[in-house]
Amino acid sequence: MTSADVARTGTVDWRSAQMQARIRKRYAKERRFRFLGLGALVFAAGFLLFLLTTIVSDGIGGFQRAEVPLDIEYSATTLGLDPAQMSGDGADYAINRADFRSLVNAAAEAQLGTSEMISEGAWLDVRDRLRGDPSLLGSRERVWVVAAPEVDLLAKGQISFDVPAQRRAVSQEMINQYVVLNDRGDVQLSLNTGFLTKADSTSSELAGIWGALLGSLLTMAITLALSFPIGVMTAVYLEEYAPRNRFTDMIEVSINNLAAVPSIIFGLLGLSVFLNTFGMPRSAPVVGGVTLALMTLPVIVIASRVSLQSVPPSIRDAALGIGASRLQVILHHILPVALPGILTGTIIGLSRALGETAPLLLIGMRAFVSDVPGGVTDPATALPVQIFLWSDEVGRGFVEKTSAAIMVLLAVLLSMNGVAIYLRNKFERRW
Amino acid sequence: MSLGALALVLLGLTAITFAMTRMRANAFASGARPRDVHSRPAYHAVRAGLLALVPALFLLLVWLVIGDGIVADRTLDQLPQAAQPEAGIERQAFLTEMRSVARGDLPAAFNPAVNEAVPIYRETQASWTWLIGGLVVLLALIGGGYGWLKTAPDLRARTHVERFATIILALASLIAILTTFGIVLSLLYESLDFFSRVNPLEFIFGTHWSPQTAIRADQVGSSGAFGAVPLFWGTIFIGAIIAMAVAVPLGLMSAIFLTQYARPTARKILKPLLEILAGVPTVVYGYFAALTVAPAVRDAAIAIGIDSASSESALAAGVVMGIMIIPFVSSMADDALSSVPGAMRDGSLAMGATPSETIKKVLVPAALPGIVGGILLAVSRAIGETMIVVMAAGQAARLTINPLDSVTTVTAQIVQLLTGDQEFDSAKTLSAFALGLVLFVVTLLLNIYALAIVKRYREAYE
Repeated sequence: MTSADVARTGTVDWRSAQMQARIRKRYAKERRFRFLGLGALVFAAGFLLFLLTTIVSDGIGGFQRAEVPLDIEYSATTLGLDPAQMSGDGADYAINRADFRSLVNAAAEAQLGTSEMISEGAWLDVRDRLRGDPSLLGSRERVWVVAAPEVDLLAKGQISFDVPAQRRAVSQEMINQYVVLNDRGDVQLSLNTGFLTKADSTSSELAGIWGALLGSLLTMAITLALSFPIGVMTAVYLEEYAPRNRFTDMIEVSINNLAAVPSIIFGLLGLSVFLNTFGMPRSAPVVGGVTLALMTLPVIVIASRVSLQSVPPSIRDAALGIGASRLQVILHHILPVALPGILTGTIIGLSRALGETAPLLLIGMRAFVSDVPGGVTDPATALPVQIFLWSDEVGRGFVEKTSAAIMVLLAVLLSMNGVAIYLRNKFERRW
Repeated sequence: MSLGALALVLLGLTAITFAMTRMRANAFASGARPRDVHSRPAYHAVRAGLLALVPALFLLLVWLVIGDGIVADRTLDQLPQAAQPEAGIERQAFLTEMRSVARGDLPAAFNPAVNEAVPIYRETQASWTWLIGGLVVLLALIGGGYGWLKTAPDLRARTHVERFATIILALASLIAILTTFGIVLSLLYESLDFFSRVNPLEFIFGTHWSPQTAIRADQVGSSGAFGAVPLFWGTIFIGAIIAMAVAVPLGLMSAIFLTQYARPTARKILKPLLEILAGVPTVVYGYFAALTVAPAVRDAAIAIGIDSASSESALAAGVVMGIMIIPFVSSMADDALSSVPGAMRDGSLAMGATPSETIKKVLVPAALPGIVGGILLAVSRAIGETMIVVMAAGQAARLTINPLDSVTTVTAQIVQLLTGDQEFDSAKTLSAFALGLVLFVVTLLLNIYALAIVKRYREAYE
């Protein structure tokens, strides 16, 4: 039946083969379209999965390190230490001056053949052992010290023996020595405690994430302390007090625009206002915290306003009706009801700030900091910035460190969002 | 006396004022008839406490900000003329060293003059801190005492406290405006400085970007070239073309599937999954783009016979950025689709159209303004995105339409120009602020325009 027939007779024979074929075609199209939609979601989820598995499989090695055993004799003469100095106030100073490096290097040369098998910073652990227990002075003990980055790669099986020797990044002698050691059972992989307790270092086997994590926590503390009260107060003012006028409109427009300003612009603001005009210290968590607080503020204000709006007017009216003042209505009735929503918004804003890198780069939090920061004005770096810095390092060992640092960052973010979801589910009320 | 101890003393005084005023107010409130007493005792107590706290705290905060400068000035004044450092950088270094010695961070300074200044600095600091501390305590006592004395049954304490709270809340909401002004003014100020050195027309229309200024004046290219067109193109190419080519179809299709096809349980699982994609920090995407996607793109290009492919490509950065934007596009399209009146959809289905025909011929056309607005917002977010392009797109400013080439963007250049060694006064550093201004204005206009479209479209259906 052609369309001309339909036009002439005004009826359609839906059961004709032609019409059946047409419907089949339309249904096939429908299935294809639906499949396309599912495909888009599967692609996105697949990408996420791929990203996470790549990072976890790269990064899991970062939590381990290779160690080799050394017999260390804490000889007072080699170290230049006097047993009498080992107690009292001067002990730390004396230990800091003692020459542990040559002691450990000599031991490595005698027992392993070369000091290249151990890390440049292996002596630090030996020093810390003596500091922890001064009575060790003069005695001998077997210490597992951090191995060189090449040994680390070999022990984790990250060097393929198939590639030609010159592209292997580890010399043949090193490999031979490693094989000897490994056959003796003198290479062990153990938990990399230094990674979770130390700060950045130029050698990948000694680099730790704790300094950056603490820097991030200090920054977030400043951000929270500033943006939460100011954000909630702004939201309360706009929802409960503000008259409808041009000034209020201006505040609203500002907040909506700030929410959409690229984060790097806040970095420029921090650089030119906080660093150059106010002369605040470079690389300090306090500047990072203030900058990120300005960035987080609109998120908190918008979330708080939504939460305040969802409080039913009957609560407000009832409280006002029995003689409560405006402030009492807000503090005793509205805020407690709206708080879960406000907190959820705050946590989401903070987790965005925690992952933010660009503004912190501009205010100098990308400096190499090998000390754990002691306060908000000390130079520090932040977790995402540390990831950026390590991703630029040439050393092979930093690849797994970067991925391990990403794992730490994602774990922190995940737990923050977990808290937010818990709060939302536990306290959310439907009116 | 340290500032921490001073703050504790102040809090203690406030607490005492609060407690005493409360007792006084309780005394006259307990016997009186309610209509004779204007405010509840708690309001009287809060009022007196605020009178004790606020002026003193204000003084303390002002001292916290300017105090160190005053102490440093007074210290330098007491030094003999010969030992005084010259103004500028030398003075800064002198003061920094002096402070770290005084704090005990350094055992001794390298500059002998500093070592002489340290005891004077300590002394000056101590005497000023005592002076300010005394003033703070005095202010707290005067304020608290006044509040306590004034406490009477007919005092309108509640009104006063309420008014104070309103003022504080209004002040808090000013921060947002101040931030906006701060951004605009700082960008404008530095950009004007830049444009006094470089012709704005050259900046906007020039096609050669090489901001490295030479150290000697007679070197080749000593002035640097500030034609930003290659940066604008790179930004548009990565953020508005490649990223959108990925994000728009995928985001739109996932929004359609989530709103029209998915069962509620499937939606409950799939939507948070998309949101996780939005919650991953950009530095992670950047690392992934640089380390995994970019080499894969290059290997693929070489495998199909394009040998010139670079390891930093616009394609890798753009695709990863596009995937990052999917959840954003999806949620905007989700909003737009669900605000189309149900009657339109039902009507189409009732006429015998399949769901996909309804979506393609009715829902999407009806929701188009909202979707387009959402896409514009996504573009504004993509061009402001920094870490992915810094890590994966490279630093070569070139005009190319080959997605396998490395290009650079406005944001990547800002980071490049402002990290590492910099003197604040050079055209190179200032050009970052000019780029920032352009970025700010463009994202602002995009946002305003997009929100206007979305709003008008919502009104059309209400």
